[in-house]
Amino acid sequence: MSLKTLAFSLVITLAAATCALAAEPVKIGVYLPLTGQNAFGGQLELEGVQLAHKEMPKVLGRDVELVIVDNKSDKVEAANAVMRLTSKDKVVGIIGTYGSSLALAGGEVAESAKTPVIGTSCTNPLVTDGKKYYFRACFIDPYQGAGAATYAVRNLKAKKAAILKEVSNDYAVGLAAFFSRSFKKLDGVVLANLNYNADDKDFTAQLTEIISQKPDVLFIPAYFAEGAIIMKQARELGATFRIMGGDAMDNPETVTIGGKAVEGFLHTTFPYDMTMPDMNETAKKFTANWKGFRPGKDPNVNAALGYTCYMMFMKAIETAGGTDKEKITAALAGLKDFPAVTGMLSINDSHDAEMPIGVIEIKNGKRVYLGEVKPEM
Amino acid sequence: MSLEMFTQHLFNALALGALYGLIAIGYTMVYGILRLINFAHGDIFMVGAYLVFFTTVAFMPAWAAALLVALALLVFYAVFFGTRRPPLWFWPPLFFFCLTAFYYGFFAPRDFTPPWTVAVAFSIMVTSAIGIAVDRVAYRPLRDAPRISALISAIGVSFLLENLGVVIFTGLPRPVLQPEALVTPLVFSMSALTGNPESLVRVAPIALIVPLVSAFLVAGLLYIIHRTKPGLAMRSISTDIETTRLMGVSVNKVIALTFGLGSALAACAGIMWALRYPQVHPYMGMLPGFKAFIAAVFGGIGSIRGAMVGGLLLGFIEIMLVAFFPSLSGYRDAFAFVLLIVILLWRPSGLMGRAMEEKI
Repeated sequence: MSLKTLAFSLVITLAAATCALAAEPVKIGVYLPLTGQNAFGGQLELEGVQLAHKEMPKVLGRDVELVIVDNKSDKVEAANAVMRLTSKDKVVGIIGTYGSSLALAGGEVAESAKTPVIGTSCTNPLVTDGKKYYFRACFIDPYQGAGAATYAVRNLKAKKAAILKEVSNDYAVGLAAFFSRSFKKLDGVVLANLNYNADDKDFTAQLTEIISQKPDVLFIPAYFAEGAIIMKQARELGATFRIMGGDAMDNPETVTIGGKAVEGFLHTTFPYDMTMPDMNETAKKFTANWKGFRPGKDPNVNAALGYTCYMMFMKAIETAGGTDKEKITAALAGLKDFPAVTGMLSINDSHDAEMPIGVIEIKNGKRVYLGEVKPEM
Repeated sequence: MSLEMFTQHLFNALALGALYGLIAIGYTMVYGILRLINFAHGDIFMVGAYLVFFTTVAFMPAWAAALLVALALLVFYAVFFGTRRPPLWFWPPLFFFCLTAFYYGFFAPRDFTPPWTVAVAFSIMVTSAIGIAVDRVAYRPLRDAPRISALISAIGVSFLLENLGVVIFTGLPRPVLQPEALVTPLVFSMSALTGNPESLVRVAPIALIVPLVSAFLVAGLLYIIHRTKPGLAMRSISTDIETTRLMGVSVNKVIALTFGLGSALAACAGIMWALRYPQVHPYMGMLPGFKAFIAAVFGGIGSIRGAMVGGLLLGFIEIMLVAFFPSLSGYRDAFAFVLLIVILLWRPSGLMGRAMEEKI
C-alpha cells in the first residue's frame, strides 16, 4: 500500500468517525411481547413508549432511536431479543418487558452484557433480585399486600382481619405475608390465616370458619376466577365484612362471575386509571397526549408504565450526562421522587419502584377509582 | 364448635359430598363391568358442564347444536341398532330436534337463550353420546388386550378431551349463569335449640337440590340395574363376561349402555357443579375426578351404593377437617389422598366392596 493511499483512507475514516460522532443517535432497545398470549399488554406498553418518544425525541441534543424487538411471549425469544439488542444494535438501555418469566429470561442476558434495563410490568420479586442492571417502573407483589393492609386500617378503620389464600401460589403467599405483617404493625389483629389449594372450588368450610370469627375485613390475594367464587360463597353464607384483594382481581370477569356478590369489593392496583378523579400533572399530560396519539383507544396502566420507563431513561441519561452504560445504571439506582404517570416514583435498594398504590372499589358493577394509599411497611 | 356452625358445615358437606358421589358412580360402574379405571370420566364431567354453559350463557350457534344432536343420535343408533333399520321411536326425536334447531336458527331473537330444561337435556344427551363414542373408539378395540393398555388409552382420552377443551373453549375460566332463585340463601333459625337468637344457618337452595337430585338419580340407576333386563345383563357381565357372551347377551351394547348411563350421570354432576361453583374451564374435571375416584375406592369400587356413601363421607371429612382444624386447611387435598392410601392398606376392597364377585 502506498503512503498516499494510506493517508487518503485515514482521512476518510477520520471524517466518517467525526461525522458519526456528531449525528449518532442514542439507541434505546425495547423488547416486549407484541405477538402471542401477552400481546395485549405488550402492545399497549409499546404504544406508551412510542408516545413518550414522540414527546421527547431528543436527549442532550442528540436524537433518540427506538429499536423495537418482539419477544413473542416466549422465554427463549426474550433472551434472544436482549442478546440482539445488546450485541448487534449496541443500545445504551433496554425497556421491557410485560410478564415476569420473560423478564427473568431477558435479565440474565442483560446482566452479562452490562446493559441497564427498566421493566414495565414484571412484578415478581425475582426479576430484580440480586441484579445490578435490572430496574422496574412497577412495584413488586408484596408491596401491594402492605398497601391493602394500610388502606384497611387507615381508611376502613379495620381492626380485625382474616386472610384466605391459595397456599401454592407465589403471588398469593407474598401478598398475604406482607398484608399480615403490615396489618399487625398498624395494631390490627389477624384472626385467621386460612389456605386453599389450586383448583379448589369449594371454600365453604374455610368461609364458615372465617365468618364465625367476625373479622372486619377479609383479604383474598386471589386471581379473579377463584376470587369471585370466594366472594359469592361468602355472601351466600351470610358474610357482611368488607373483602379486599390485589391487582389480579383487576379484570372485568370479576364482576361477570361474581355479580352482586362483588359489590363493595376493594382491590389495590397501579395508581393510574383514565377515570381517576385527581390526576397528577404527568398523568394529565399523558392522558391528553394519548388522545391525539391513539384516538379511539383508551390508555391503561400498561401504556402508562411503558411511558414511564422511557421517561426514566431520559432522566437517567440527563443525570449521567452521556451514554455511558455504567453511569446510566448509577443514575437509575439513585432515582428519587421522579414524577411518573403513576405518582412520585423512587427506586429502592432492590431496584423496584416505590410509589403510591391505587385502590379501586366495585360499585354498581363498575370499577370506581377511590384514591391512593402509601404502604406503611 | 357451636351447634349452628356444625349444622352449617353439615349442609356444606352434603352438597359437596353428593357431587363427589355422583361422579364416583361413573367410575364404579365402568370398573364393575370392565375392571377398567376410566380416567377420562372427570373430563366427560367437564364436557357436560361446558355444554350447558354454551347453550345458556355463550350462545351456541344453532347449526352447531343441531350438528351435535344429530351426531349424538347417530352414535346411539350405530351402537345400539347397528346395521338394522332404526326403530320407529328413533324418528320423532330426530324430527323434533331438527325443528327446534330450525326455529332457533331462523326465528329466535339474537340474544335468545334456550330455557334451562332444554340446555340440560341437550347436555345430558350429547355427553352420554360422547361417553359411548369414547368407549367405541378407545376401549372396545382393546377389550382383549392387557388391562394396562386400556388404562393407558383412558389416560390418553383424558388428555385429549382436556386439550381439545383448551383449543375449542380457550383456557380462560368462564362464568356460568346462576338462576337467582337457586342461590338466594334460605335462612333457618336454630334459636329453639341453642337459645341464642343469632344462631342462623344459611343454605343456598342449590345446596339442597344437589343431594336430592343425586338421591333421585341413584335410585333410578339402582332400579335399572336391579329390575330391568339390561341391568341384569350388566350384573351378569360384571360377574363373568365370557359366560354372559355365551348366553347370547350382546356384551358390547350393554357396555355401551353402561358408558352412556355413567356419562349421563357425569353430565348431571357437571351441570350441578357449575350451578354450585359457577365457573367452567377445561381442566375443571381433573381434581373432582381424582376426588371422586378416591370416593369410589373408599366406598368399595364396583359398588354403586358404596360410591355414593364414599362420596358423601369424603365431602364430610374434607369439610370437617377444615372446620375442626382451620390451620390445616392447606392440607385438605393432601388429606384426601392420604385417606386413599390408608384405605387401600387397611381395606383394599373399600367400605362396601365385597369380594371380586358380584360387583355392581
